Amino acid sequence: LYTVMDEQIWFSIKLSLLVSALSTVFVALIGGAIAYLLATREFKGKIILEVLITLPLIMPPTVTGYYLIMIFGRNGFLGKLLYEMAGWSIMFTWQAAVLASFIISLPLMVRTTQAAIASVDITMRDSATMLGYSEWQTALKVVIPLAKKGIMAGVVLAFARAMGEFGATLMVAGNIPGRTSTMPLAIYSYAASGDWEKAHLLALLLTLTSGLFLFLARQYEIKGGK
Amino acid sequence: MKNKMLTICRNKAWFLALLVIFLTANAAAGAEKTLLVSAAISLKDVLTKLAPDFEKKNEPVKIVYNFAGSGQLRAQIESGAPVDVFISASAGDMDKLSQQKMIMASSRINLVANRLVLIVNKKQPVALSDMRDLIKNNIQRIAIGNPATVPAGQYAKDALSYYKLYDLLTSKLILGENVRQVLDYVARGEVDCGFVYTTDALIEKAVAIVMDIPDNTHKPIIYPAAVIYSSGNAELAGQFIRFLQEPENTRIFKEYGFEQGK
Repeated sequence: LYTVMDEQIWFSIKLSLLVSALSTVFVALIGGAIAYLLATREFKGKIILEVLITLPLIMPPTVTGYYLIMIFGRNGFLGKLLYEMAGWSIMFTWQAAVLASFIISLPLMVRTTQAAIASVDITMRDSATMLGYSEWQTALKVVIPLAKKGIMAGVVLAFARAMGEFGATLMVAGNIPGRTSTMPLAIYSYAASGDWEKAHLLALLLTLTSGLFLFLARQYEIKGGK
Repeated sequence: MKNKMLTICRNKAWFLALLVIFLTANAAAGAEKTLLVSAAISLKDVLTKLAPDFEKKNEPVKIVYNFAGSGQLRAQIESGAPVDVFISASAGDMDKLSQQKMIMASSRINLVANRLVLIVNKKQPVALSDMRDLIKNNIQRIAIGNPATVPAGQYAKDALSYYKLYDLLTSKLILGENVRQVLDYVARGEVDCGFVYTTDALIEKAVAIVMDIPDNTHKPIIYPAAVIYSSGNAELAGQFIRFLQEPENTRIFKEYGFEQGK
C-alpha cells in the first residue's frame, strides 16, 4: 500500500476534501437561504426558480458543465466580463471544481431543506411573530432548530454528492494532475491509462469516505437530531 | 374490471412493441459483420471519410470507430476490449501491446506520419516567434495532451524538454484528454496556445499555426496499425489495413495533411 501512495494520490484526496468542504459551506448558506424563501414565501416566478435549481439534479452533469462553460468560459458571458476586469478566468482552476460541485449539489440541499422548513407548523412561526420576534429571529430561533434534522440531511447529501462530482468538474476544471484532479477524476485517469493499482486504492478510499459520511448522518438522524 | 383489462392490454402492446424492436434490431445486426477500429483521434476525419468506401466494397460490413487518445485505447485493449484493428499515434503504445502478444506482429505497418505544431486562436493571437517566448508573462495557459495517455502530449513534452522549458512551464500547462480537446481549448480561446498535429490545425478555422516544431526535438510521429490478436474478424481486419494503404486512399490521407508512413 505504501508504495502505491504517491504525491498525486495524496493531492487528489486533499483536493477532494477541500473542494467538497468549501462547496458544502456555500451550499449550506446559499441553499439554506433559497430553501427558506421557497418554503415561506409565494412570489412570481417561484416555480421557474425551483425548476432551474433542480435541473442539475436530473440532467447529466456534462450538460450542466456545458452550461457552466457557456457562462463562465473565457468567452462565456460572465467569464468574458471577469477576464476583462480581473485578467483571470476560472476555467481549469480548483475554484472551478468548487463551482461545479456547488451547482450540482445545490438542489439536494434546497429540496431537502425546503421540505423540512415547510413541515414546521405554521402556527409556530405565527406565534413567534406575535411574541415580537423579527423574521430573522423567527428563522434562527424557531424554524431552523425545528427543521434541524432535515437541514443536516441536506448538508450531508450535498457533501457526499460533491465528493463524487465528476462530469461537470471534468468540463470546467479539466483534469490536471496536481491542480484540479479530484479523486473521481484521478480514478478516471488511472483507469484510462491502465494504472489499476492506484485506481483500486482511490476507489476504495472514496467509497469508504462517502460510506462513513452516510453512516454518521444516519446515526445523527436516529440519536441526536431531536 | 374494465380498467384492469385495459392496463393488461396496454402492457401486452408494450411488450410486443419491445419484442419487435428487439428482434428487428438483432436481425439487422446479424446480417452484417462489424469491424471495431480503435484509432488515434487525430485520424477521426480522414477515417470517417474512408469508411463508406470500404463498407461498400466488402458488403455487408459495418465499420465502427472508437476514437480517443492512443494511450487510453491501448489500456482498453489490454483490459479486453473486443477491438479488431488498432491504429495508434505513437509507436510506444503499439510496442506495449506487441510485447504482451496482443497484436498480430505480421499485420503491423506504419500507416502515416504527422508533424507537431504550435497553434493560437485567430481572434486572440499572442506574440510567439520562438519557443522561449512561452516563458513570457503574456502566455498564461499552454494546452498539451496529457503525456500519460496522449501521444501528441508526449511529443510536446519531448520538444519542450529539448528546449529545457518543460520544468519551467509546468504551472502553465493545461492537460487535455486527447489532442482534439487541446485543439478545442485553443479554438474556444480558453488557453493562449496549444500543441497539436498539423492535420488537426488544418481542420479548425478558428486557429492559426504560429510555429512548426522541428522533427529532431521529439520522437518520430508515426501511426502504426495492426490487427488485434483476439479479433474474431482477423481476415477482414487485415483487409481494412491493406485498404487504407491503397494509392487512392494514400492520396486522401495526404489531402488531410498526413505524410507517408516510413
